[in-house]
Amino acid sequence: MFSSPSLLNAITVNITIDGRPIQVPQDITVAAAVLSNGLRNTRATPVSGAARAPFCMMGVCFDCLMVIDGISNQRACSTRVNEGMRIESQHGVGPEIEKSRHG
Amino acid sequence: MDSHYPLVIIGGGPAGLAAATTATEHGITVALFDEQPTLGGQIYRAIESVPSDRAKQLGKEYLRGKKLVDAFRQSKAHYFPDTQVWSLNKQREIGLLRNNKALIITADQVLVANGAMERPVPFPGWTLPGVMHAGAGQILFKSAGIVPADGVVLAGSGPLLLLLAWQYLHAGVDVKAMLDLTPMRNYLRALPKLPRALIAHHYLTKGLAYQLDLKRAGIRTVYGVNNLHARGGDSLESVSFQHRGKNETIETDLLLTHFGVIPHIWLTQAAGCRHQWDESQQCWRPQHDEWGNTSIDGILVAGDNAGIGGARSAEHAGRLAALQTTWILGKMNLQERDKLAKNDRKWMRKDLHVRPFLEAFYHIPQKTLLATPDDDTIVCRCEEVTAGQIRAAVANKHSDSNQVKFLTRCGMGPCQGRQCANAVAHIVAVASDKPIQKTDHYRGRPPVTPLSLGELATISPETTE
Repeated sequence: MFSSPSLLNAITVNITIDGRPIQVPQDITVAAAVLSNGLRNTRATPVSGAARAPFCMMGVCFDCLMVIDGISNQRACSTRVNEGMRIESQHGVGPEIEKSRHG
Repeated sequence: MDSHYPLVIIGGGPAGLAAATTATEHGITVALFDEQPTLGGQIYRAIESVPSDRAKQLGKEYLRGKKLVDAFRQSKAHYFPDTQVWSLNKQREIGLLRNNKALIITADQVLVANGAMERPVPFPGWTLPGVMHAGAGQILFKSAGIVPADGVVLAGSGPLLLLLAWQYLHAGVDVKAMLDLTPMRNYLRALPKLPRALIAHHYLTKGLAYQLDLKRAGIRTVYGVNNLHARGGDSLESVSFQHRGKNETIETDLLLTHFGVIPHIWLTQAAGCRHQWDESQQCWRPQHDEWGNTSIDGILVAGDNAGIGGARSAEHAGRLAALQTTWILGKMNLQERDKLAKNDRKWMRKDLHVRPFLEAFYHIPQKTLLATPDDDTIVCRCEEVTAGQIRAAVANKHSDSNQVKFLTRCGMGPCQGRQCANAVAHIVAVASDKPIQKTDHYRGRPPVTPLSLGELATISPETTE
């Protein structure tokens, strides 16, 4: 869907996307990292389970919510990548809220 | 960071940058807060770090942002990137979130310059992965050099669509088609406004030059497109539409749409500034005078959040607001203010010549697009409320936006109604047969950006950093 960002002359960081290790430039957002690494769907909605992906890329639509370093409901388009960052697709409301609902 | 500033500017785009530079030149202490990590706003995003080849593909207008940023960097303004403003009130108390820590500071004058967002227009399939706003495509390009790899279809109505097609063309992207949903009757609607628009003709000549380049490159542009439909299972597979009564389908995994931009009003709404429906721009905007003064003393607006005027006008409006605050803060007299404002006022008046033409030409039809005619189309992306459910609520005598919200949960999700507010208002207006200004707008309340309880608990009046 999208091209990969150039790693030439770029300072890079190592991240994982759903467990898959990937090297990306350090100055890009999580949304840019996942879209340019072939992840088409980044979450399933809490209401119907429908697949969604980043939409506005400027922090207003909240469709790019992902689990980042274990914390769910993070806007991928407004979060920059970091060395060692763990990025996961989000299913529904996310693990913390799910856990608090079911004890 | 101090706990109080004479002038706080919210937003690091053209309006905020120009305002900060001007105010500091006249001895005002300024703090500028921006949610982005880098300066330039959306329009000049990544302007300080963009490689030269990408800058060339983005065009001359984009490079203009470098001058603005350089002047700001040389000014004495205090700049705080990565800072969210989650609250603003009449007392000019400003709620900030920075490094996961919440704090509240105060200001004598506040200039809100937080820009615009894409106008969300729901259509069948717009929630599918692979459908994004044109602005999103541009952000990926500017900030990360990422472009569509397997071709793209562009669709909608508005100048950004043309600009993005031109930029993609220069970046070697396969633009499969440009679907122009501008109704043919808009040509007639805009025609009477053309002579006046020719006074500010640089906009028009620029647009025509882009169009010519696209034509020469053999990019297919389809005019008068109807019934746009994004299709696919778990993600986009094709786009179908109607043209001259015939149905057509184009296979693509990426569709970027654009239907103009609308002001960010959540913050000025939360502050209690008076807002009005702007019929020509088809959006709500804060009421303000030539200097940016809103209905609340000490809160000013400049740039696209004050009403859509584009990047160049935002600069001028930013400077006018800075001169106004400088005068109010007693650092210059009225004669000096008016003298220094001459050029900027002249530009703003000239710009008013071309706006009515552009707004008439890119007027989005209410019945066929803005009011989401298809009952099964999701309007509220967060709570997955369809147009049909909203119309059912209206039929059940819930004929304003806030009542629809209470009944259907439409607008109660994480985006706080930013994506559905306008569509709901249009649906309510059409279904209850009343003007949109009578439909009410969702009431925006702080926090206007997400704030966790943990972050809220860190609140303290800040003195040092």
